[in-house]
Amino acid sequence: MLVEALALSAVLFTIGVVGVLTRRNAIILFMCIELMLNAVNLSFVALSTLYGATGQVFVVFTMTVAAAEAAVGLAIIIAIFRHTRSVNLQNINLLKG
Amino acid sequence: MLANQFHSLFYAFGFYLFGLVAIASAVAFVTRKSPVAAAMWLVNVMFCLAALYVMLDAQFIAAMQVLVYTGAIMVVFLFVIMLLNLGHPSELADARGRWGYIFATFIGLVMLAEVMALNRANTIERMIPPDLAARAAAAAATPLAGGIIGPVAAPLFNEYLLAFELTSVLLLAAIVGAVVLGKRRTDAR
Repeated sequence: MLVEALALSAVLFTIGVVGVLTRRNAIILFMCIELMLNAVNLSFVALSTLYGATGQVFVVFTMTVAAAEAAVGLAIIIAIFRHTRSVNLQNINLLKG
Repeated sequence: MLANQFHSLFYAFGFYLFGLVAIASAVAFVTRKSPVAAAMWLVNVMFCLAALYVMLDAQFIAAMQVLVYTGAIMVVFLFVIMLLNLGHPSELADARGRWGYIFATFIGLVMLAEVMALNRANTIERMIPPDLAARAAAAAATPLAGGIIGPVAAPLFNEYLLAFELTSVLLLAAIVGAVVLGKRRTDAR
């Protein structure tokens, strides 16, 4: 089942990348990043069946970083929404020059 | 022997079932226009991944997945979506133009082709030392010392103790950052 799990992880990561490239809603972009983190977690867990439980330790760290990232990212999105009344990335072009 | 064969067949059926449901839910998640519907499909993906973690003998990680990802992170996402009231039709038309779709399709096909090429070349099989699979099978046959959590907790609190402690600093910084960014500025000068 290792090969299948790694293939599933790659497919989910690809779907996350395509989502980041096609969507313009900032919150959905964040959720696509969560999907990519989940795909990487799946490959960590799949390889931990062969190489020992260290991979699962890394999954715990990934989850912590994802939680911190979600908290700060959503706070940034709320601040942007207060400023521009929108989370559409088309309207957020302050750094475009 | 027959029971063992039936068990492995059932295992493979469950694995493919949850894998296909995860892929279908991920596709639905990327294509939904409404953010709430997308979040619910992503929750479905995460539940399927938790089931796969159980099948890959990572029960603790599966519980963490349900508790932290679907229970905490996705609830925060839904909370923000509903707080900002993002269901307006003007907000829903968020897909990029034709070039964005073409570029994304190209990138997706290239990445999937890479996976297929790796699979054809049997890279994963060659990556694994031949005796390692036998050792993993032997380790799976003997009951683990410390149950399910012991093998995860031992490296977490011995080898990676410094990283674990630094994680608490990271979480503190994230809490402070979220409060500072989310705070309404009162001293508007």
